[in-house]
Amino acid sequence: MKRDQPLVLGIETSCDETGVGLVAGETLLADAIASSVDLHARFGGVVPEVASRAHLEAMVPTLERACATAGVTLRDVDAIAVTSGPGLAGTLMVGVAAAKALAMALGKPLYGVNHLAAHVAVDIVEHGPLPEPVVALLVSGGHSSLLLVPDVTHDVRPLGATLDDAAGEAFDKVARVLGLPFPGGPHIDRVARDGQVSIDFPRGLSSGRDLQRHRFDFSFSGLKTAVARWVESQRAAGVAVPTADVAASFQEAVVDVLTRKAILACREAGVTDLQIGGGVAANSRLRAMAQERADAAGIAVRVPRPGLCTDNGAMVAALGAQLVIKGRAPSGLDLPADSSMPVTEVTA
Amino acid sequence: MLILAFDTATSAITAAVHDGAVLLAERHIIDTRRHAEALAPTIAAVLADAQAELRDITHIGVGIGPGPFTGLRIGVVTAVTFGHALSVPVLGICSLDAIAHAAAAGVTAEFLVASDARRKEIYWARYTSIAGRAERLSPPSVGRPMALDARDQALPCAGRGPLLYPEFLPHPIGPQDVSAACVAELTVREVRAGRHPEPAPLYLRRPDAQEPGAPRPTLVAGAGS
Ligand SMILES: [Zn+2]
Repeated sequence: MKRDQPLVLGIETSCDETGVGLVAGETLLADAIASSVDLHARFGGVVPEVASRAHLEAMVPTLERACATAGVTLRDVDAIAVTSGPGLAGTLMVGVAAAKALAMALGKPLYGVNHLAAHVAVDIVEHGPLPEPVVALLVSGGHSSLLLVPDVTHDVRPLGATLDDAAGEAFDKVARVLGLPFPGGPHIDRVARDGQVSIDFPRGLSSGRDLQRHRFDFSFSGLKTAVARWVESQRAAGVAVPTADVAASFQEAVVDVLTRKAILACREAGVTDLQIGGGVAANSRLRAMAQERADAAGIAVRVPRPGLCTDNGAMVAALGAQLVIKGRAPSGLDLPADSSMPVTEVTA
Repeated sequence: MLILAFDTATSAITAAVHDGAVLLAERHIIDTRRHAEALAPTIAAVLADAQAELRDITHIGVGIGPGPFTGLRIGVVTAVTFGHALSVPVLGICSLDAIAHAAAAGVTAEFLVASDARRKEIYWARYTSIAGRAERLSPPSVGRPMALDARDQALPCAGRGPLLYPEFLPHPIGPQDVSAACVAELTVREVRAGRHPEPAPLYLRRPDAQEPGAPRPTLVAGAGS
């Protein structure tokens, strides 16, 4: 471990994962996660109160696990970073309160950070310093955004976002229609491998005036409804639903729009590096198509390993370390949890 | 002994420092919407008032509700994280007991404590005052004030319940909210008695969550469009 590098502890509680990460400069030392996803499975989505209770119970054990893995004590930590938004208000507050208590008890600075910027910054611990600027495609159950990032510590610009469902949400809803478990992403990815892209599902905001007006925005709710209707019409006609083909065709439609717009954003902004993050970045078809299209366009793609794409504490610690290195101002003890924190605010 | 006590289970954000014999400082803010922002600065301020440092603290006492979940959790997670980082014990004190502790001096027999549970309900418990000291007679509960039996409704009642439901709880007594000084005094009592009540929140309610039924048919819904 390079001890001339700041050791930053990051806490993430914006949804259903209690994450505590430890990063020294650009080196990942620990990434401890406690997930309440199994508690939510029977509800078909994250229940905020269930997640908040789980965060409270997991906080201290997850802190202990992160320190043990990294072989450090809390006293070695130089700064505390925490997701202050966006996310679920009740779950964010658990992490923010814990981070403040740590900062006070250790006498160290506190950085409230933006969850989306942290998804971008995490790739630093995987692939080294971020190209500046980089275009980031962030896709998960909670967000679908295209960002232009000249400097992840203070300049993040939104290019587009979903107008309705997040990409991961569409995966969850289509999985439910197909009788697959929650969360839907990994199950659709798995089932789709045995299927053919045989059904032409709609690509939202991808042509004509829609594309002009919403160049880098997404819409998945029409796609989700189209899949549901197609499946129902098969069932109504007494025909067996070809689950694998539906999954493959749906996935192809989502991935086609995401990668097409991401590459277009790079080209129009004159940026040669694309970073992909968020839970949907674990999707094998997204990774493959992004690589293929980026290669054709002369664009380099960076995707962290799947464990760093989903929500985790390491991403918060990674961004916190950059803030310390660049000398950005820490947050006050009155740091709020801001469930709708704008993406343009890297720190709170 | 140097105790840091705080509570976020009622409308108050309250913190105190107590040395086991006397209260050194107390701070109190009434703001139901700013628990997340305001607790840490309130703790920092009360420590400064008491000229104490966090590293001098020997025990943490925290109100564990019952109370609205989000605010309650901010106090409890702050307490357990302090406890972990400072390596000091954290004791959980029932927030209704802390209100009763303050109310008992002014009554000579049975009384209620009822706080706002929202959704037309109260968190409540029955106490008796013995030589000015509160003894709890019933476990903390949640329910509609109209569902209390007539005898309970007729008792003097501390907490915000009587302000919200004067028709069912017509005999208000003070205080309305938790004072961290009371949480601190009850923490001193537990420490002296060699007890260590866990800082586990008293939720009393299950989380609101509906298991989904079958997916809604879209063909029917979309037929007219
Ligand atoms: Zn995320």
